[in-house]
Amino acid sequence: MEYTDVVMENFTCPKHVGEIEGANGVGQVGSPACGDIMKIFLKINDDGIIEDASFKTFGCGAAVASSSMATDMIIGKSIEEAGKFKNSDVVDALGGLPAEKIHCSVLAAEAIQAAIEDYHNKKAQ
Amino acid sequence: MKRIYLDHAATTPVDPAVVETMLPFFTEYFGNPSSVYTEGRGVKKSIEAARLQIAAAINADPREIYFTGSGSEADNWAIKGIAMKNQAKGKHIITSTIEHHAVLHTCEYLEKQGFEVTYLPVDEFGLISLDDLRNAIRKDTILVTIMFANNEIGTIEPIKEIGEIVKEKGIIFHTDAVQALGNIPVDVKDLNVDLLSISAHKIYGPKGIGALFIRKGVPIDNLIHGGAQERKKRAGTENTAEIVAFGKAAEMVTEHLEDNAAHMKKLRDLLIKGVMENIPQVRLNGHPEKRLPGNANFCFDYIEGESILLSLDIIGVAGSSGSACTSGSLDPSHVLLAIGLPAGVAHGSLRLSIGKHTTVEDINYVVDNLIQIIERLRKMSPINADCPIDDAVFDKAEHHHH
Ligand SMILES: Cc1ncc(COP(=O)(O)O)c(C=O)c1O
Ligand code: FES
Repeated sequence: MEYTDVVMENFTCPKHVGEIEGANGVGQVGSPACGDIMKIFLKINDDGIIEDASFKTFGCGAAVASSSMATDMIIGKSIEEAGKFKNSDVVDALGGLPAEKIHCSVLAAEAIQAAIEDYHNKKAQ
Repeated sequence: MKRIYLDHAATTPVDPAVVETMLPFFTEYFGNPSSVYTEGRGVKKSIEAARLQIAAAINADPREIYFTGSGSEADNWAIKGIAMKNQAKGKHIITSTIEHHAVLHTCEYLEKQGFEVTYLPVDEFGLISLDDLRNAIRKDTILVTIMFANNEIGTIEPIKEIGEIVKEKGIIFHTDAVQALGNIPVDVKDLNVDLLSISAHKIYGPKGIGALFIRKGVPIDNLIHGGAQERKKRAGTENTAEIVAFGKAAEMVTEHLEDNAAHMKKLRDLLIKGVMENIPQVRLNGHPEKRLPGNANFCFDYIEGESILLSLDIIGVAGSSGSACTSGSLDPSHVLLAIGLPAGVAHGSLRLSIGKHTTVEDINYVVDNLIQIIERLRKMSPINADCPIDDAVFDKAEHHHH
């Protein structure tokens, strides 16, 4: 299996690991393909900007690298922008993923959308 | 960085003495063993000498040894060859759920051809039950194929007892001994087996060469049709270099069986003790005693196997995992599911298999680093004792096996 250097860097030294205090959007998704679980924490300010993001992942190297890259990419974005975030954005940023590992990046995109949804739901309450 | 290779169940480095034996057969002794002139006759003799070495390693008659292109081919030949030849007597085959894919997928293929296959379950340690076997035997059972030792969890099946039961019923018995040879004694006379598969690359020989032991008189069809090689049973110009290499490798592992096994067992126990005592939430897969001397297989809760493998690779250690994420097919190991592990637990599996060159320092290094790797990955994981796995996700992910 071939992982790019960027994937390996993001696996070896992942950015934004753990839970952020005061997260107001949390999303957890599981992959029906292999059973992995990804949880994304977002801290969104009153202007709708993602101030901070972090992750916890139970999955393969590609899943960890995707989480690291995806959280890094959405920090500073508005929730509207982040709402358009796709898994192909992560794949491109990682310099590609092996075909059987694409679903791991899907997990990252879905977890972000779930976290944004959670934020909206909480706000509506 | 120094590499520490702990995947000997996958393959082994070719022993330098074996390389030395095989090299002249590429250039100097290149003749076709079927040729009548000197170049051919000399090579033919070397092949027969290798056959004798293999026969001695498993206590067979050299005329019962047939070289094949791999362990997988030996398994395919044994099962398809017996099925085809004996289908008039019956079309029922018995095997287990933890066989190597070379056996399992062959059986599945035969099911599509109208054969019926019973897949015996195993207990939590990976052992089949002799009672289950007795109950599964039918009038139309023509073949029982049960592996000698499992490649993932290292469990050693009661082959001799199975052989007795099967022999009494007059059924043909095949065992895949690919993982057994060189690690535990393999004696076809003592074991009551009719067919037995072996492969060179697990015993410090080259890849792409195997052998099938076929007891004299066992009715079997050919798998590879063509020329008259291997006494008309397996066509194809002989892979002379690898055949002599296989012979040499078999001789060496047989000669050093006790020493090597004692060495590996000592290190295996050191590894198991180190892991079990220093890392919380871990289980040992396979049988506590009836296991291959070099095999250690663990499941670490809450983390995934490929992440463990990559982390180990970075610090110079090679291992393997039965996690769905490492399989390409995204199915968790059928062996780990068969011993009753939920897919989520199988996810965190790690197999480390020791070889004759592994040292105490290697094991200490691995244990020390593994403690940190597991801790780091657990910190990264969204699941833990308070936040267990959402089983629903895994149920969806779980693919169906026998
Ligand atoms: C138990 C078992 N059977 C069969 C095989 C297949 O042998 P080969 O790699 O020579 O085809 C292997 C190893 O891959 C094995 O471990
Ligand atoms: S998370 Fe399972 S394959 Fe990537």
